[in-house]
Amino acid sequence: MHGSGISIWFFIGVLLAIYGFLICGYGIYELVTGHVANVALANLHAPVWWGAVMLALGAFYCLRFNPRRN
Amino acid sequence: MFVEGHHELAKLSFLDVIVIAVYFAMVIWIGFYLKQKANTSEEFFMAGREMTAWIAGLSFVSANLGSLELMGWAGSAYQYGILAAHWYWIGAIPAMLFLGLVMMPFYYVSKTHSVPGYLKLRFGEPSRVLAAVSFGFMTILMSGVNMFAMAVVMKVVLGWDITFSILMSSLAVAVYVTLGGLRSAIFNEVLQFVLIWGGALLVPILGLIEAGGWTKLQANILANYHGLDYTHMWRGLAHFSTNPMGVHWTGIVFGLGFVISFGYWTTDFLVVQRVLAADSLRSAQMAPIIAAAFKMAVPFIVILPGLLGLVILHNPDGTLMHLVGENAVSAANPHSYNEVLPLMLVRYCGPGLLGLGITALIAGFMSGMAGNVSAFSAVWTYDIYQPLINKKATDKHYVAVGRWATILGVVVSIGTAYLVMHAQGIMDYVQALFSFFIAPLLGTILLGMFWKRATGAGGFWGLLAGTATSISLYVWVKLDPAALSVVAFSPDAKDMAENLYRALWSWVICVLVTIVVSYMGKARPESELNGLVYGATVLPNEAPVPLIKNHWFWASIVIVVFFVLNLMFF
Repeated sequence: MHGSGISIWFFIGVLLAIYGFLICGYGIYELVTGHVANVALANLHAPVWWGAVMLALGAFYCLRFNPRRN
Repeated sequence: MFVEGHHELAKLSFLDVIVIAVYFAMVIWIGFYLKQKANTSEEFFMAGREMTAWIAGLSFVSANLGSLELMGWAGSAYQYGILAAHWYWIGAIPAMLFLGLVMMPFYYVSKTHSVPGYLKLRFGEPSRVLAAVSFGFMTILMSGVNMFAMAVVMKVVLGWDITFSILMSSLAVAVYVTLGGLRSAIFNEVLQFVLIWGGALLVPILGLIEAGGWTKLQANILANYHGLDYTHMWRGLAHFSTNPMGVHWTGIVFGLGFVISFGYWTTDFLVVQRVLAADSLRSAQMAPIIAAAFKMAVPFIVILPGLLGLVILHNPDGTLMHLVGENAVSAANPHSYNEVLPLMLVRYCGPGLLGLGITALIAGFMSGMAGNVSAFSAVWTYDIYQPLINKKATDKHYVAVGRWATILGVVVSIGTAYLVMHAQGIMDYVQALFSFFIAPLLGTILLGMFWKRATGAGGFWGLLAGTATSISLYVWVKLDPAALSVVAFSPDAKDMAENLYRALWSWVICVLVTIVVSYMGKARPESELNGLVYGATVLPNEAPVPLIKNHWFWASIVIVVFFVLNLMFF
């Protein structure tokens, strides 16, 4: 699926990056303001690290499979 | 299906709505982007046969991972314990490897467009039409069940109206499959596969942290459910009465591990279509092996949350929550088994993550539905419309028919979803469908592929007899529940065991009838069987590749991991 337009992995990268940015951003907002959502294990701040992992993966795929680069 | 006045489990925040909206925008964008690459029938129905092994493999496993699969098996894990993982391991892995290593060359070399298409080449038109009509019927019903399951989740979790959920999601699927055909379905399935993991993986991770690890989870389950073994896969299977599922190991090994599993993974066109779209025979053989590796990991996001629910979910007053069957939901027990995954999701996921989890469930539904309608569209166009209605139309005409068939499939699925709304026990119904159509088809395909003596008449009458046997046994047990002890060999057998043994019966009848009828007729000359039957086919020689790219090497690794997992949880 490469070389004939946009790769599926680029679409996935875009989606993961957007989600990672939104979720990690919200997690940081929670950390800064102290307004933590009422969920179990909120002290682990899952939105911060889960969002960061998604953002990193998304950014990697966006760069690696960027249609301009190919 | 749910209690009147049921209060939703969660409310979506603005952030959650954005997460869901971004997903819908992405799938529609993909559909419009790929419309330009779906102009010929080969592009629309077979995605131009240019998928890499990874894309075909992920799409292969994703098309099977519908919302029914996610919700239903998480609920079954809560109900039956780790026995539910059999449907992911022995009920999938050997069959997927067999498809890749042994059967794929025949499907691929024959250049068939569908599984009924292979039957046409091997057994003739009557077998093809019978299989195509059965498959079309089953596919639409499955699509409707899947759609309804998703709408119920949205109703229970978010309080969304069932009609709104059904229309919104099915419209999106209709748009992207109608525009981009199989390529769009496959693209989105890969995207959805990643999303399902991204949205669902957090639940078992946080659940295991809260439960204190696997060993502590096992101890707590044992303490809460005195004596019932929920965490071992084989120990309780010596007798029907010593496990929560009421099944015997023979049913799991032969009924599930052989007939149902091999039937589904090697003959159900919904999944085989993805592999037929591969760019080479090597990719087509590698794709099911890649899919098998991921399939083995799925219990982590489906079965484990169900097991965690047994000890982690508590009522507001601090007592242990007891989930019940759909028919037993009441004010005292407001949640059913099928709600275990959403309950776990809501427990750990705040704004953003909840939207992601809900998106994963919607993605699961859409991948399952897109799989069904794209397969339906191909079978309708190639195996029903072309041979029976319009033999000599242009390629452009068949693409248009495929697009209309996609829309027709979605519309009929919506009707089916409303039909199953009034039916009891969805999983029972789904398993029954498998045993009706998939189990006998396995007998026909196996004999067709591996026995040169099988004739066209043998294939047709065997398939018909197997299907009729399965439906008759189902009706017999419905009319006289005592018949279950005959069908499943034990008065202690339960519904799930009945499904496994009914499939076994229908396969045996199909094989016997095919053999007897074939011996009554004249076999086709061997020269006509090239590309169709083992022993009469010259397979293309492929250039040697390094070990790291060899499909036998990766299949060996997968089978070793498969045995290790079964031993670990024995």
